[in-house]
Amino acid sequence: MPNIKELSTRPERLTSGHRLCPGCGASIAVRQILMATEDPVVVGAATGCLEVATTIYPFTAWNTPFIHNAFENVAATISGSETAFRALQKSGKISKDKQIKFIAFGGDGGTYDIGLQSLSGALERGHNFVYVCYDNEAYMNTGIQRSGATPMCASTTTAPSGKASLGKPQFRKDLTQIAVAHNIPYAAQGTIAYWSDLVRKAEKAFSVDGPAFLNVLSPCYRGWRFDQEKTVEVSKLAVDTCFWPLYEVVNGEYKLSRKPKQKLPITDWLKAQGRFKHLFSPTEQSEAIEQIQKEVDARWQKVLKLCGEAE
Amino acid sequence: MSNIAQKQEKIAVSGDEAAAYAMKVIEPDVVAAYPITPQTEIVMNFSQFVADGEVTTEMIPVESEHSAMSACVGSAASGARTMTATSANGLALMWEVLYIASSTRLPIVMPVVNRALSAPINIHCDHSDSMGARDAGWIQMYCENAQEVYEKLILAIRIGELEDVRLPVMVCQDGFITSHAVEALEPFAKEDVQKFIGSYSVPYSLLDVDNPVTFGPLDLQDYYFEHKRQQSEAMSRAYQQIPEIVKEFKNTFGSEYDFLELYRMEDAETAVIALGSTAGTAKNTIDGLREQGRKVGLVKMNFVRPFPAEELRSALSPLKAVGILDRAESFSNQGGPLFSEIRAAMYSSGQRPPIADYIYGLGGRDMTPGLIEEVFRDLDKVAKTGKVEQSVHYIGVR
Repeated sequence: MPNIKELSTRPERLTSGHRLCPGCGASIAVRQILMATEDPVVVGAATGCLEVATTIYPFTAWNTPFIHNAFENVAATISGSETAFRALQKSGKISKDKQIKFIAFGGDGGTYDIGLQSLSGALERGHNFVYVCYDNEAYMNTGIQRSGATPMCASTTTAPSGKASLGKPQFRKDLTQIAVAHNIPYAAQGTIAYWSDLVRKAEKAFSVDGPAFLNVLSPCYRGWRFDQEKTVEVSKLAVDTCFWPLYEVVNGEYKLSRKPKQKLPITDWLKAQGRFKHLFSPTEQSEAIEQIQKEVDARWQKVLKLCGEAE
Repeated sequence: MSNIAQKQEKIAVSGDEAAAYAMKVIEPDVVAAYPITPQTEIVMNFSQFVADGEVTTEMIPVESEHSAMSACVGSAASGARTMTATSANGLALMWEVLYIASSTRLPIVMPVVNRALSAPINIHCDHSDSMGARDAGWIQMYCENAQEVYEKLILAIRIGELEDVRLPVMVCQDGFITSHAVEALEPFAKEDVQKFIGSYSVPYSLLDVDNPVTFGPLDLQDYYFEHKRQQSEAMSRAYQQIPEIVKEFKNTFGSEYDFLELYRMEDAETAVIALGSTAGTAKNTIDGLREQGRKVGLVKMNFVRPFPAEELRSALSPLKAVGILDRAESFSNQGGPLFSEIRAAMYSSGQRPPIADYIYGLGGRDMTPGLIEEVFRDLDKVAKTGKVEQSVHYIGVR
């Protein structure tokens, strides 16, 4: 992998001037991932923050071909484009030597929930593309509604905390495992704080023949309720508390990308975010916190086992 | 007429097979499709052509109609000639993306095998599916038989891809009645079809990586309205340019598909308006009634979008009574969709004959010559009094 100095000289495909929030994890994830290939890239995006804030007509922040179709269908849309590329190469309208990479970006709403069928279909059909879920754990574009990726007890506008509620009552869906179950050549979890890990994973994703899936935890300061300069810190805490394990699955083989030297308690991550505030004041909800810690530990153990790092 | 292309040996095919054969000679770059009764035979037959290497088309066997239309959008935006096919609930599932395809000005061509929408679930013909999609910005053609299915699909490619039009096209046929009835088809030579449709080129392609373009941006109060206006103008230009292409088609292949086909209308006093296979039944009925000296005729609509209002005014104005045969309900409490639109078109005519609506054939209920005769008997009464006593009738219903 090129070093950071070399990466910084690569052309920006998502250019400045877009209207994503300062401290937005999604734009950091997109830039890191698109740095990972020097081939031309066709980008698809599901409806969401990334799409609406980067393409306000008559402006576009995309210095590369870009298509937005609807909310739930970016995987199908990019599969159409990738197939068109193969068809036009076959008929000689596009040179057989031409290299183009295809990548789809969707938020967790557009991927875990409404776009899951479209994603599953495209993975099963084996299109040569990379799917990136920029997972910020709720429907942020419409104003912080709970999704299948929202963690337990997070307060959102459709599962708020209140006198009779501690926020979302369910644990989150494990989408990476669902992607892996499609037996695709490459799947990985990453997050923006560990940029070299993410760029390396994106490089691998672009290089395999067939579908690749990246699930990228992308903190949202508005929805998670932290100060906007703390995006990287919060991203890092998710890994160091083992809430968001970094691992990859190459042709079915699991490999752990990072084992924290000291596994931090989940409260370190929860306390950093206002969406969990009700767990600590006015009274500490120790039972709920314990339940969350137990689930994080169980999922971490499962990942360690899959990666051959635990019995 | 010596330059008319040589038709090939006749083959016995169903309407679905006719559509698949048309797709074979069109040979699109990409087909993304999903099975649904009664459209399935189109995808099945075309998949076999692909499997046998008879076409070089890339198939995308998607997991739903929503993804079929979504993949078509991605493909067509990438500069590939793109087709799909569907029916009923499949068309309904595509709904959201139908609008995106037309608004993005992608000339996707789609055979629609008309089938009743659920509920209750029913696999047989009516026009509730495509009538519901009539405001989705697609050009819509309707076919009487398998030969028309074949020919109109070829015509649709040319019309949809017109430089000033660039709109998607639905080519509708009646589920089971046409799609599964075996008829004689006279196919065309592939070279002639390819010559007629030409090669597909787009002003902007997603695959033109040296000249990157953003498709599907966020378009707010300051531009959205202008873009909708442009889309509306594209449909107007389709209306203006279709006659030219239809003429060229006639000169090449022999058949004529004007906006309206007028059958025995020269001296008609009453007439019915029909789409699809019912036009065939009506022609037969009219022939019988003409033998009895009745001055009756048929207006068959080849196109519903763009809506041929001017042609309808000129065909209907001289009549004493008009009956609209609607194979769909609109639940508006004022008749079916064709009735509403045709009656509205006639409002600006100097001569306005009385018009009545006859809703028929929902969920595949047979439309018989006897029922059409019943309509003409009713129209005779209207013609005599000049008054429509009952504007909406349901015929063939218990």
